[in-house]
Amino acid sequence: MTKGFSATPYAVAGDLVLKHEIPARQPWSGTIRKGQLFRLIDTCGQQAVDTLFYRADDHAERYSAQDTLLAQGSAYISTGTKLVSNAGNVLLTVVADSCGRHDTSAGACSCESNTVRFGHHTKFEHACRENFAIEVARHGMTKRDIVPNINFFMNVPIAPNGDLVIDDGISAPGAYVEMVAEMDVLCVISNCPQINNPCNGFNPTPVGVEIYEPPAS
Amino acid sequence: MSGMTTSSSEAQIAENRRRYEALKAAGTGTAPKKMPPPTESGASPVDPQDIVRTETIPGGWYANYRLKAGERLRIESTEGTSAVALLAWNSTDTSERLNHADTVKIQWTAALQKGRLLFSDMGRVLFSILEDTSGAHDILVGGSSAATNVMRYGDDPSLRNTRTNMNLAAAKFGLGPRDIPPLVTFFAPVFVTDSGSFAWREDARAAGDFIELRAEMDLLVALSNCPHPLDPAPTYIAGPINVAILEGLPAAGDDFCRSATVEAARGFQNTDTYLGARP
Repeated sequence: MTKGFSATPYAVAGDLVLKHEIPARQPWSGTIRKGQLFRLIDTCGQQAVDTLFYRADDHAERYSAQDTLLAQGSAYISTGTKLVSNAGNVLLTVVADSCGRHDTSAGACSCESNTVRFGHHTKFEHACRENFAIEVARHGMTKRDIVPNINFFMNVPIAPNGDLVIDDGISAPGAYVEMVAEMDVLCVISNCPQINNPCNGFNPTPVGVEIYEPPAS
Repeated sequence: MSGMTTSSSEAQIAENRRRYEALKAAGTGTAPKKMPPPTESGASPVDPQDIVRTETIPGGWYANYRLKAGERLRIESTEGTSAVALLAWNSTDTSERLNHADTVKIQWTAALQKGRLLFSDMGRVLFSILEDTSGAHDILVGGSSAATNVMRYGDDPSLRNTRTNMNLAAAKFGLGPRDIPPLVTFFAPVFVTDSGSFAWREDARAAGDFIELRAEMDLLVALSNCPHPLDPAPTYIAGPINVAILEGLPAAGDDFCRSATVEAARGFQNTDTYLGARP
């Protein structure tokens, strides 16, 4: 990796604003205010957390996987990555990461893509795109607002020849990633229910979200 | 503790893993058919009788087209200095559009080339790549913006960019910024190094390179002809591109793109069902 790697938790967070456990297979959404610290915890390990961000006061501005990778010049998300919007603005900055590498090129699972990837017997299984559709609807959005996302704690190495596989997760139980909001953002999560590949160790589990105020200065 | 597993779920996990490993073996390396080599320069000439329409897009500009299912879109980089970004929407339901992530994930590769497909977010095929001379395309990094142009070339407002072009192209279909997903860029030889950084293979493209795509449903298509943001050239260089829309050909029974992989076959199964059961 060209980026530095820090396994150190963000040491100077302020008061806890929210602490929530997202059950296995379930969605969640919440607002993170500018300056607040957002911590995601892979409680049991090897659990993909499909995540989208939208500008809180204008949902047409949202996370852009391609603009994020272009801005940092490399293919994976870790400490130091600026999560960039489709308007070129920084939504959040990753400030700590005990896992080391997160995917943003393989997107979210869906009932429809599952039929192509794994066979039509998987059509009627729960999927991230179902979670996203339900959760963005709570904020007045539709399927057209569901863009390719970040997969925190998902391991998708991309080879120089383009080969790409969703590999065994490298996040240990309790692994975390922390980011600071650079503007007010809406976060929408699907705690991935996929059981047909190793992104969840074939066994979806709960994850934790925590939001902290900026440190008192 | 919800992370704990029982012996019966352990058995299910093992069975899920066994099925995945079988799919992975089928989709990587040992695919049922190998992808064909690139189209040779000068091969596959256009039959003038097939031409529906042609247009030359100058460097920096964009264009939009409506394609019927079966029609072909041929894009030629006349000088070898063009990079051509593409977006596509299902013309009868524009909420279905190119999904770059599903395209790479389904096919187990970020390397687009002759024989590969572009998928929508609905598990259906938008385009097949029938011909391709370069095999040097980007699906991970995306296009330029006003800001990246300033960083690369200095503050020159006359230099056009792909983000603005795609907003304009979408607007002419009645679509807006919410309808613009990540895109693919042809003739943009980007790859991921072992360290995870992006690199550029300039020798992978040449004057006269072309790609020919077959629309697999009725499509709205936007093209933008601007330098790729990772193009290392110190100045803004974008040659013109020749675009030709060609009539559809009768589908051959042994069509490579439809049957190259199990994923392709299932994607076309979904597409055919949606379009109303072709044989």
